[in-house]
Amino acid sequence: MTTMSSIITVVRNASAPVRVHDRIGSWIAPAIMLAVLLAAPAVLSDFRIALLGKFLTFAMLAISLNLIWGYAGMLSLGHGVFFGLGGYAMAMYLKLESAGGKLPDFMFWSGLTELPFFWAPFKYAWFAIPMTFVVPAVLAGALGYLVFRSRITGVYFALITQALALIVSILFIGQQAYTGGTNGITNYTTIFGYALNAPSMQLTLYYASVAALTVAYLLCWWLISSRLGRLLVAMRDDENRVRFSGYDPAVLKTLVFSLSAGIAGVAGALFTPQVGIISPTMMGIVPSIEIAIWVAVGGRGVLLGAVIGAVVVNGAKSGLSESFPAVWQYFLGLLFIGAVLLFPSGIMGLLRGEGWQRPWWLSREQIRGAISRLVPGATR
Amino acid sequence: MIGNLNNPASRNGSRPTPDLSQPILSVENLTVSFDGFTVLDELNFAIGYGEMRFLIGPNGAGKTTLIDVITGKSKPSKGRIIFDGTTDLSRRQEYQLVRLGVGRKFQTPSIFASLTVYQNLEVTLGFRSRITRLLGKPRRGESDRIMSTLEEVGLQHRAQDVAGGLSHGEKQWLEIGMLLVQEPKLLLLDEPVAGMTRRERDRTGELLQSIGGERSVLVVEHDMDFVRQFAQTVTVLHLGKVLSEGTMEDVQQDPEVIRAYLGNSRSQRPQAGRLNGRREAEHAAPVAAD
Repeated sequence: MTTMSSIITVVRNASAPVRVHDRIGSWIAPAIMLAVLLAAPAVLSDFRIALLGKFLTFAMLAISLNLIWGYAGMLSLGHGVFFGLGGYAMAMYLKLESAGGKLPDFMFWSGLTELPFFWAPFKYAWFAIPMTFVVPAVLAGALGYLVFRSRITGVYFALITQALALIVSILFIGQQAYTGGTNGITNYTTIFGYALNAPSMQLTLYYASVAALTVAYLLCWWLISSRLGRLLVAMRDDENRVRFSGYDPAVLKTLVFSLSAGIAGVAGALFTPQVGIISPTMMGIVPSIEIAIWVAVGGRGVLLGAVIGAVVVNGAKSGLSESFPAVWQYFLGLLFIGAVLLFPSGIMGLLRGEGWQRPWWLSREQIRGAISRLVPGATR
Repeated sequence: MIGNLNNPASRNGSRPTPDLSQPILSVENLTVSFDGFTVLDELNFAIGYGEMRFLIGPNGAGKTTLIDVITGKSKPSKGRIIFDGTTDLSRRQEYQLVRLGVGRKFQTPSIFASLTVYQNLEVTLGFRSRITRLLGKPRRGESDRIMSTLEEVGLQHRAQDVAGGLSHGEKQWLEIGMLLVQEPKLLLLDEPVAGMTRRERDRTGELLQSIGGERSVLVVEHDMDFVRQFAQTVTVLHLGKVLSEGTMEDVQQDPEVIRAYLGNSRSQRPQAGRLNGRREAEHAAPVAAD
């Protein structure tokens, strides 16, 4: 309790006009959080640690979305695809290692007689692990360049990324022989030659998730506190002014979208071995929207907010859906509406003492304001 | 000294020094039409190095369209725009034109509302840097350059304030500052004093005069009091062509100009009033685009 209230005090004192320069929020609170995460295995059961490890991969995913949405104002409703692609790349390695040189079981059931050529290099970890970053980053880069070059922004960008989520999940369901279809890829036994279900391996994966989250946090923090980061915020404020200031927004947006997708992919790669399965449901429309909810609840435009949002929402999800499975979806919807209309700066905003909007004051202006904070330019 | 940091002339040493007796911008037979409607009609127009030129004309004359074409926002159907002796601007992207040295201020202030005043300038100052440079520390001397530009536009005391909280006039100055810090060769200002108070207008006029001389400035303006007070050379645009050019006194006497402003316009009196400089309610509010 003392720790929590000291976090609150620390965060509250940090009311610098621009969040990018918020040293206390960017250093002290995350450092305390890191210490808590590192100490957690001493306190929590193996089951809880496995759960927390999964949440941390979600936190990393949320950070990657916050980078492009919270700072550059690009709402992607397809980030589950990038997470999933990273997860699949890792799953291909795990599956091939577990198959021990034989054809993976689902391929055999689907009538394949030999390994497809694009599967072959994934038996090497040195190939598969970089691919968890590269594959989603390249897909996002290609899609992003086409979209941003055509000056498609705001709601239309969100819709295109949502269509991507639908297309990719349908594609993965349809290509059963190559992707495992609806069931996805599962039943891995070993990773780097060690048994995957051993408690020590689960703990190692937990620490790997903490490390990856820390690296992703530092990378994004470095980016947003540089001039490039301020340029991202500038694009959110007025993309046209950025263009007429001598920058090509299409290139900048493509780069940051691609980086964000790569981070999401690495998060997916850590998710797969901890949960033991990756399937197209992770890449559909609903999970992609959930990611946006984590970020909105935690606080857009604050890196730590994404981490807090992902852990809190997923914690509530496993708590609530264990006892009242039917209630969860309604609760999630209410949480989202609340985060958009009543607490526009999310949990981080409440911790900073930025307050909340009174519900009986839902004027047209307030709703317009809320929507244009979600998707800049949506109400123009 | 400071100017050498990002000065394209010092970077591109191989480029021949432009002949200063030639115009910095020369528009040749420029035609722009939208859906068959000709907005600019075989327009010929030039501005010299270091010149400050005012562009006036009745609504629909094509003033904003001319600026749009020079900055790459619209594409011409015919004609050339020669900049700095050699470059044809009409086939380039907006951001490339800025890098060549053409800066544009929009009619309504267009700034980065959630950044501080200082950061607004810092962001635009990096416009010729590579991405890797934008990730690193700012170059030495940048901070001095930003502060001296803020001093020039009179915003040094607001450097650490969030730009969204500035007054309308201060936002206009900030946008001018964001352009000045890039040291453009040609500055295009679309109605810089629209919506300003009288005091703000006068300060803006003084600012423009101090900018002129060092670089070429083209000002589109509706406020005739302001034009009379600060303009040396005025170009009158009408129906996509240059109608008259000269000092404000000269163009005001020009019968063609008087006819154009009185013309067959439905709003005869206000248009005539504008030319003769009667203060009107319109001056208080931002005037609508062409």
